[in-house]
Amino acid sequence: MSRELIVILLISPLLGFLINGLFGKFLKGNEKLSGWIGALAVFVSFICSIVAFAHVHGGEKLEGEAGILYSWIQGESFSFNIGFHVDALTTIMLLVITGIGFIIHVYSIGYMHGDAGYARYFAYLNLFVFAMLILVVGNNYVMMFVGWEGVGLCSYLLIGFWYDKQSATDAGKKAFIVNRIGDFGFLLGMFTLFAAFGSLDFSAIFGNAEAGNSQQIFGVNALVVATLLLFVGAIGKSAQIPLYVWLPDAMEGPTPVSALIHAATMVTAGVYMVARSAVLYELAHTGQVVAWIGILTAFFAATIALTQNDIKRILAYSTVSQLGYMFVGVGVGAYASGIFHLMTHAFFKGLMFLAAGSVMHAMVNELDMRKMGGLRAKMPITHWTFLIGALAIAGFPFLSGFWSKDEILHSVWGYNKAIYIIGLMTAFLTAFYMFRLIFVTFYGKSRVESNIASHLHESPAIMWVPLVILAIPSAVIGILLGWGGHGSVFHHFTATVFPKAHAESAGNVVLFMIISAIVGIAGIAFAWARYRSRHPSAQPGAGLHKLIANKYYVDELYNSLFVQPIKNVSHYLLWRVVDTGIIDGIVNAVAGIIRLIGGTLRRLQTGVVQTYIVSMVVGIVLFLAYYLFVK
Amino acid sequence: MLLSIIIFLPLLGVIAIALLRGMAPSTIKGIALGIALVTFLISLGLCTGFDKDIAGIQPDFEENRPWIQNLGTNYHIGIDGISLWLVLLTTFLTPVCILAGWNSVEKGLGGFMMSLLALETGMLGVFCALDLFLFFVFWESMLIPMYFLIGIWGGERRIYATVKFVLYTMTGSALMLVGILYLYFQNDNSFALLTLYERAQSIPFQHAELLFFAFFIAFAIKVPLFPFHTWLPDAHVEAPTVGSVILAGVLLKMGTYGIVRFCLPLFPGAASTHTPLIVTLAVIGIIYGALVAMVQPDLKKLVAYSSVSHLGFVVLGLFSQHHAGIQGGVLQMINHGLSTGALFLLVGMIYERRHSRRIVDFGGLAKKMPIFATLFMIATLSSIGLPGLNGFVGEFMILLGSFVGDAFSKIYVVLAATGVILAAVYMLWMFQRVMFGKPDKINSALPDLTPRELAVLLPMMLFIVWIGVYPKPFLSRMEKSVDIVVKQVQQSASPAIGHAATQAGNTAKPETPNKSFLHTEGK
Repeated sequence: MSRELIVILLISPLLGFLINGLFGKFLKGNEKLSGWIGALAVFVSFICSIVAFAHVHGGEKLEGEAGILYSWIQGESFSFNIGFHVDALTTIMLLVITGIGFIIHVYSIGYMHGDAGYARYFAYLNLFVFAMLILVVGNNYVMMFVGWEGVGLCSYLLIGFWYDKQSATDAGKKAFIVNRIGDFGFLLGMFTLFAAFGSLDFSAIFGNAEAGNSQQIFGVNALVVATLLLFVGAIGKSAQIPLYVWLPDAMEGPTPVSALIHAATMVTAGVYMVARSAVLYELAHTGQVVAWIGILTAFFAATIALTQNDIKRILAYSTVSQLGYMFVGVGVGAYASGIFHLMTHAFFKGLMFLAAGSVMHAMVNELDMRKMGGLRAKMPITHWTFLIGALAIAGFPFLSGFWSKDEILHSVWGYNKAIYIIGLMTAFLTAFYMFRLIFVTFYGKSRVESNIASHLHESPAIMWVPLVILAIPSAVIGILLGWGGHGSVFHHFTATVFPKAHAESAGNVVLFMIISAIVGIAGIAFAWARYRSRHPSAQPGAGLHKLIANKYYVDELYNSLFVQPIKNVSHYLLWRVVDTGIIDGIVNAVAGIIRLIGGTLRRLQTGVVQTYIVSMVVGIVLFLAYYLFVK
Repeated sequence: MLLSIIIFLPLLGVIAIALLRGMAPSTIKGIALGIALVTFLISLGLCTGFDKDIAGIQPDFEENRPWIQNLGTNYHIGIDGISLWLVLLTTFLTPVCILAGWNSVEKGLGGFMMSLLALETGMLGVFCALDLFLFFVFWESMLIPMYFLIGIWGGERRIYATVKFVLYTMTGSALMLVGILYLYFQNDNSFALLTLYERAQSIPFQHAELLFFAFFIAFAIKVPLFPFHTWLPDAHVEAPTVGSVILAGVLLKMGTYGIVRFCLPLFPGAASTHTPLIVTLAVIGIIYGALVAMVQPDLKKLVAYSSVSHLGFVVLGLFSQHHAGIQGGVLQMINHGLSTGALFLLVGMIYERRHSRRIVDFGGLAKKMPIFATLFMIATLSSIGLPGLNGFVGEFMILLGSFVGDAFSKIYVVLAATGVILAAVYMLWMFQRVMFGKPDKINSALPDLTPRELAVLLPMMLFIVWIGVYPKPFLSRMEKSVDIVVKQVQQSASPAIGHAATQAGNTAKPETPNKSFLHTEGK
């Protein structure tokens, strides 16, 4: 495999970005062209990804010296390169990013039809793909960070895409800033690694991981510090407790963006990072922190999803929850299972977001499912594909989510029983809230307002074909790649990358599968019983329900705990008191005193000769007197 | 001769404009722009002729002639890998500024252009002088044109701002002058900087400490380091756009340049002893500047306070005693000149349209001014250190070097890194309020950028991207010179190792006894 392949993979979406970004104005009359340029750019990358996959499958790798493209930041005692590292993990990410990315680009051609910012949209989307690819092909942490912040920028731009809406630009800004808090941790994590290894190249670090294990930073093992700080970055990017707050708001962006960035790819970057750094997490034993944060987030977000009525918000909390599962997987050392869930989730969650977009398209941007109901009659394809996605995430037997989630839960059992129990409970909640959504939206009586109901329709082919294409892997990819648990095709392919899972084959595999299946089906059944022909009341609940429906008031808490105090301290104390009052006060006082002295002294120079003579005489007299009488 | 031509060519422009009084405004502008452009083109010769394997002063560009012999002062100029970039930044920003101020001056155009060109000569002289007396002359001579620029073409409170600016600077200069005189006697009645590098090591520590502060305070005021910064917001708000660009772009760098050129190598022991104090001030500046920037209602003040924060990073890096930190600090001087310079230009362009700088007066500009909004976004992202643009490279190196170097506790770096978060907060908040939302009647009538304005901004953008993606041409030329500073600082205790450094960086000629180790080859 050559570097040039990866260069083409990267350049193609970058070119797409430049064409639509610089010349989009001239394509205005022909928006389809803008869209297809964007889609084609990603398609080229997809082809490159397949080629790279074939190479890796054939036993090749691109790493070390061979992967270096050019020296980027270099000095006397440090050197950071632009270079590539392509192995099994990379190619899985590449296929997910470019494959799903291409489908979502195509879908967007229909979805964004008629939008004033059409070319701008595709420019941003291509830039995103470029940054995401940088994130996964880099052979060092700095390059990962370049992609890491790059995708954050694109997320910011796309969430706030409709920038005349205050709520959209607020959400974009929130996403960027919360992510920056995570990036702060990532930066310090990199510095810690550099202090321990003198390099940030994967090959240099992973090859000498043992040596780094003996280093100390802040009086603590350097690897412990580094892995935890890097994980702070992952908490931000992958929306885990306590930094998950930006992701639900990110739904302000166009729905295909939610599908691509906020479900399938960018938010999984944290999981990728932990899996990539597996060697370090193994040595530092910090995986348990990752797993606990993951499981708590999974459960916590699932409870919030129970009470929401906005389709996209339910999907958003569901994403937060599922990302939690992935962290449980990579946290307990089941790296392949975590990445497997990342992949299946990308398919079925991407699918559900696109299907939600199809619903919005028909419903004139309505998102409140209480105003829907019975949509399956008018939108059969959207209904069936959404249903497949929901079954997959609910862990319905033999669909993709069933395999990947079960693998994670199975690995957890041998690691920590408490995490397993919470995981199982979350699985039940997941099935329940997802089918609450399905039943309320697609089943029962129609509650659609009459003016909308009259032209309810299935979406055009450019939108439903992508749904069907995503529905297929959502259904079958689990059984194809996951059959046989730790002996599966997927595990076999990734075996060269990850350390051996420690929790291998604890207990009976089939038994675990049966338990998972029962839990999932139970959740669906409960939802059926409750929401088959009813819908959530418009009345606000009380007590616990009210607390959860208001998302535990976490946003409000952060606002009054951090945002407002910082603003007030900055304005009143720092600016008004310290800057204007104290420092400038002193400066002006000194200037005033000098002026005063100058003013007084000036009076001595009157220009009147008599005064000078008098003072001279007085001076001489005093002088003589001093010498004559005192001395 | 090349260096002298570059320094004094702008002065020739001043004389030309002065002699040919009563010319049409377009002729004056033409002369000024022409001179500035030619100066820039000639100065590119410094870059191409630069030998990056030579540590210290480049012999090809060095000039040393007797000047006032009774005083023991020489006209000694030269550049190394650090001053090279500041010289180029100056010659680059001057034509940009002249073009930016094309239509903004109604009264006294000739004087305006003369001030700008005279300022250029002063700034270039400061970066090239290798004689303390010559340095001081250039240092002080800059004040006069700057005084005019703010005092004549400034805003309403321009007199207050100008007096504050001049008094602050003069206070520092007075202290520095005392320091220079002490060094003069220490140096056998000579102002030669290069010989001082060695001789200063024999100054008793108590004296070195006082001298260090005499120089440092002068530079800290220029930087400006907290708490010497309050002249800056006033000066920026009152200065015309061009004045702000030069102020932020080049004048502030005089302070940080002075630190690398004088404070660190001349008094490494004192610098090292007082590093905790200075780094504390730098970190306070980073956080404080960012927090105060966050609550500013005026665009220019916001950018001004953001400079306090950014320059805090530079000072942090310079005191890190680590290659990455110092090199990052030097690179960040250039980066800040580009990104903050661009921000001031953009603010100026919008001011010319809207006659306001109050953030509340804006909103929704992105709708009718997409090109302006895009370039503003790039400058914003550069300022907040987004990877792929120049700001990241500098900040990353500074923080990395500070973290890895042993000069001060890592806690400082952790605190400084919060500045990365805060920068995103204040810049994006400002961007949102100015660019996003629905434009009101006045704002939706504003026209997008003109070709002239694009010509002003695009070169800035080019370098912002270039340094972000491929900083090697910049970094490689600095490397050896930074290495010398690191060695000077680290090995202040044992001058013998200083000589080893010479040999490592030396080219052909054996060392002559009276040459310092910074000096590799004389003329």
